[in-house]
Amino acid sequence: MQYSVRHTTTYSYSDSVALCQNQIHLTPRPTPWQSCADFELEISPEPFIRRCWTDIFGNEVWYFSIEEPHKELSITGRSKVAVIPHSAVGSQLTPSWETVRDQLAAASTLELRLAAQFCFESWYVHYLPQALDYAAASFQPDRPILDAAIDLMSRIHADFKYVPASTAVTTSTAEVMQRRCGVCQDFAHLQITCLRSLGLAARYVSGYLMTDPPPGQPKLVGADASHAWLSIFCPGIGWVDLDPTNNVIPHLRHVTVGWGRDYSDVCPIQGVFTGGGKHAMEVSVDVSPIASAAE
Amino acid sequence: MSSTTGTVSAHPAGEFASLYQPSSQFYDEMVAADGGIRPAWAQFVPRLDELGPEGLTQRTEQARRLLRENGVTYNVYGASQDLERPWDLDPLPILLPESEWQPLSEAVQQRALLLDRLLADIYGPQTVLKSGVLPPHAIFQHPGYLPPCAGIVPAGGVFLHWYAAQLARRPDGSWAVLGDRTQGPSGAGYAVENRIIVSRTLPQDFQSSNVVRLASFFIALRNTLANLARQHRDNPRVVLLTPGPSSSRYFEDVYLARYLGYTLVEGGDLTVRGVGVYLKTLGGLLPVDVILRRMVDADCDPLELHPDSSWGIPGLVQAARDGQVVIANALGSGFLEAPILQPYLPAVCRHLLGQELKLLGAQTWWCGQREQRLYVEENLENLIIRPAFRQRKARTHAGWLLSQDDKSKLLAEVRAHPTQFIAQEPISGSTAPIWNGTELQPWHVTFRAYAVAHEGGYQIMPGGLSRAAPRSEMLTESMTAGQRSKDVWILADRPVETITLLRPPSTALELRRTGNDLPSRAADHLFWLGRLIERAEAKVRHVRSIVARMTSELQPAGLAELHMLFVALDDTWESPVANLDLDDPDAWPQLREAVWEFLYDPKRKGGLLETLQNANRTASIVRDRISIDGWRIVNQLELHPQAVDDDEPVAVDLAEALMPLNHLLTLLSAFSGLSTDSMTRGPGWRFLDIGRRIERALQAVKLIRGLLVDAQADLLPRLEAMLEIADSSMTYRYRYLTTLQLAPVLDLVLVDETNPRAVGFQLVALAEHVKNLSRDRGEFARSPQQKLMLAAQAALRLVDVEAFCSVNGLEDRVLLDDFLEQVATDLRSLSDSITHTYLTHTALARQLDTLVTSDNR
Repeated sequence: MQYSVRHTTTYSYSDSVALCQNQIHLTPRPTPWQSCADFELEISPEPFIRRCWTDIFGNEVWYFSIEEPHKELSITGRSKVAVIPHSAVGSQLTPSWETVRDQLAAASTLELRLAAQFCFESWYVHYLPQALDYAAASFQPDRPILDAAIDLMSRIHADFKYVPASTAVTTSTAEVMQRRCGVCQDFAHLQITCLRSLGLAARYVSGYLMTDPPPGQPKLVGADASHAWLSIFCPGIGWVDLDPTNNVIPHLRHVTVGWGRDYSDVCPIQGVFTGGGKHAMEVSVDVSPIASAAE
Repeated sequence: MSSTTGTVSAHPAGEFASLYQPSSQFYDEMVAADGGIRPAWAQFVPRLDELGPEGLTQRTEQARRLLRENGVTYNVYGASQDLERPWDLDPLPILLPESEWQPLSEAVQQRALLLDRLLADIYGPQTVLKSGVLPPHAIFQHPGYLPPCAGIVPAGGVFLHWYAAQLARRPDGSWAVLGDRTQGPSGAGYAVENRIIVSRTLPQDFQSSNVVRLASFFIALRNTLANLARQHRDNPRVVLLTPGPSSSRYFEDVYLARYLGYTLVEGGDLTVRGVGVYLKTLGGLLPVDVILRRMVDADCDPLELHPDSSWGIPGLVQAARDGQVVIANALGSGFLEAPILQPYLPAVCRHLLGQELKLLGAQTWWCGQREQRLYVEENLENLIIRPAFRQRKARTHAGWLLSQDDKSKLLAEVRAHPTQFIAQEPISGSTAPIWNGTELQPWHVTFRAYAVAHEGGYQIMPGGLSRAAPRSEMLTESMTAGQRSKDVWILADRPVETITLLRPPSTALELRRTGNDLPSRAADHLFWLGRLIERAEAKVRHVRSIVARMTSELQPAGLAELHMLFVALDDTWESPVANLDLDDPDAWPQLREAVWEFLYDPKRKGGLLETLQNANRTASIVRDRISIDGWRIVNQLELHPQAVDDDEPVAVDLAEALMPLNHLLTLLSAFSGLSTDSMTRGPGWRFLDIGRRIERALQAVKLIRGLLVDAQADLLPRLEAMLEIADSSMTYRYRYLTTLQLAPVLDLVLVDETNPRAVGFQLVALAEHVKNLSRDRGEFARSPQQKLMLAAQAALRLVDVEAFCSVNGLEDRVLLDDFLEQVATDLRSLSDSITHTYLTHTALARQLDTLVTSDNR
């Protein structure tokens, strides 16, 4: 599958902003099944300075600052992404989750040592006894790790209601568990919390999802949105993506932008500004299949 | 490392010193296990006998007095922010021979180098992780491990520019590391202050003992930082970044900034433009080359490190990444402070340096591993429990001191978060003599050694900061109540060089007349300091005149002006006081009480004590801009009632307040005199003086309105009070002899431009100031402030004083009142306008709404 991706974010301010500094994670990263070409970053007004580097997780990061007064800031990332089919993993064939847990604790190989950095607490993910209790129903003794993780994903999908704008970035996983509702980010953080509380390695994935228009209607430009899911580490296989919001194993419709320990490592747009008064944000995302590439 | 102090010669102690009997359980710095005096102390111990109890008590007092005069304080860790305590110093130094010092300092050098290389590895190739030398949990669990710092290589590849090792001896005399301090280690400034004071307290001993000087360390630090600058290499701008006055280390930040000659800045004083860091000053943005960081790294940049940090500098990490600014120590260095690293360091040392680690930490168990946790649970009463990752406000527990209840609470917490705790063998430290006022007592001591990166290696401060406490467990935490500090003398066996911190002669400096690097924030505080000092003075003069009248032998009821003085002093009197009938003798106790509260009650809004405390607090924020003498004065600006028993009804004797009020006036005048005579006429002085002038004019206007507008009551005593408070009686008598009339008094206190107390004089001074302010900015057109002042001055010069005196059948002198109101309004507009133009800091930086990724399914 080939997609053209456009992600536009516009901030408007009631007063003018004198100075802003921003960090951006918008470049779809290369993976064994995904390649990205022609990434373009359009910023208005034109930044005073731009910098680009690769972070410790391998994501491309942009920094820019605007040092002239402005009342609107618009950031658009465009790219062409190709996703190739990758074989599904036989979940029954994965080792038991306890084995993986013990291997990660012992960290005796390079692969395990690098994976282990995703076992610990981070800014948005904290070990949580109630998450451990919740996970227990899926993680029965000796159950193959991926089988258990997929079961957990299905249960989160069934038990938690998707309610747009029901939570904020600051909403803790404990609160989400209590309210039983949230958005994709919350569900990803929730499952990561469950897995890390068990001693397993899980990372947060930020990206896009290609959506179909309602039957009989044309696809609306900008109707898509950024999305988030997670990835679990299975020794020997590597990282396997899970999307608890949709109860699927991401495949051809998911475009990966980046990953990290949680949302804070791969936040699409982060910024600090002075002045500005009140501000409003508008996001529009468009993931469209490129016609020439047949599915 | 092993002890090198085995050699002991049996010097006998004299009669007094021999009363010092340390426990044989611990290593004693002065007395060897066989009871003999250690060689390094051979010359010092006879002096102890010579000084005797009186001599030592006198030296201790002297040291205390010097510390108090210099305003040396520290904030107690975890205590409320206002709790500043005087630094407590025992005048007896700890003596170490250079022969023992040498190997110890080499071991500290090795450790500093190791930690520097470890930082380079963690934020670089991570070979310690990949090869399995350091397990993932010791790195990735650490909140001080900052992924955004990965890949940043500071200038010259040095990450750790200065470092402190907290050291203590085991009973056999060998040294162990209790902790590593890698984020702008505290205490080096106190070490200098200790040295200055002890060398003054024991001058002969200091001079005759070949004590190695500390200054070489700071020279190395300065050279190192200067050489880091990428631009302006001849005269780089180095700033010392402090978290601010609420920090427990603020005193030392101010002290070091002054000692090293760096500008003291808070996060809000710096801004990132492009990828460079700039200091916001009155003269505009000035580039910063090197930041000596005393702020915790996670707080430094709200964009990349800690979104909740309100005092950081957005974009700082990017500036470091780009290499435009060098931050010492590198961001991310807090990682090294985690006690959990201790057990792995010997292996890390072999891996990174190919050497055996010379200086080991205490034996450590990590509760995140089951077997180790079980061991800790079983041996709790023999262990110290600490957070595995050093964090602010983290508690350390000595297992043997815990009650059964506390023990189970702690264990429950350990079991709930096992990965967050470690246990360590206790290291009691050596003992050393301390003078407690009656005898020489063995107290436990620890020792902090300082290293600075210099010419490819590390240079160690020859000496350090020693902390002493009667019980060893008191030393496991930061400076707490009941501890004392000690100076540490490294004794050379030959005369030592004297070094000063002046620059080496080879660097010729460009001559400068202005220090235009005054941060706008500091100017703002100086402006307010000027206002508060002047306000305090006005209040003292005013309340003194009230107290004098209330305690004079005259019949108070006959003092018609008293009520007006009351009302003019403060418009917030509680109603019973404001409406008191002064002819009623029963009302007097209440009146006295009200004045007493005005003087002494810190909670009395608008009271004198509140004003003094505000002045004090404001001064402490700009401590680095006030001379030592000025600070000494500010430190004495306080007012204490004589001790009163709480249960007894207060027998208020206002007469006793007169002397302290006079003393306060002397101090306030001394401060004003110092600022007039000793402050360079730079922007700092200008803002201080603008504040004073505005406040003095406002106070004079308020007083004239309060006393002279009323046309009903007897005028003469009010004129007298007016001249008295405005300190103008003498001038009046010279000019007009004893005839008191309203017009000449008004002329003298309002219009006269030669009377330093008159409103007119302040307007002239202010007009000059605003002219210079705009000239300094290179503006040629008249600034709004200049226009304002021209108008106010013209209005005052044109007034008809005689007309002001007339009453025209009205109750009050309305013309005078209206005019004064206009003057007050102009002065307030001037204050606002100056603040707006020169002092407004750029508004606080805020986070963009990081809205939840709106998603779909």
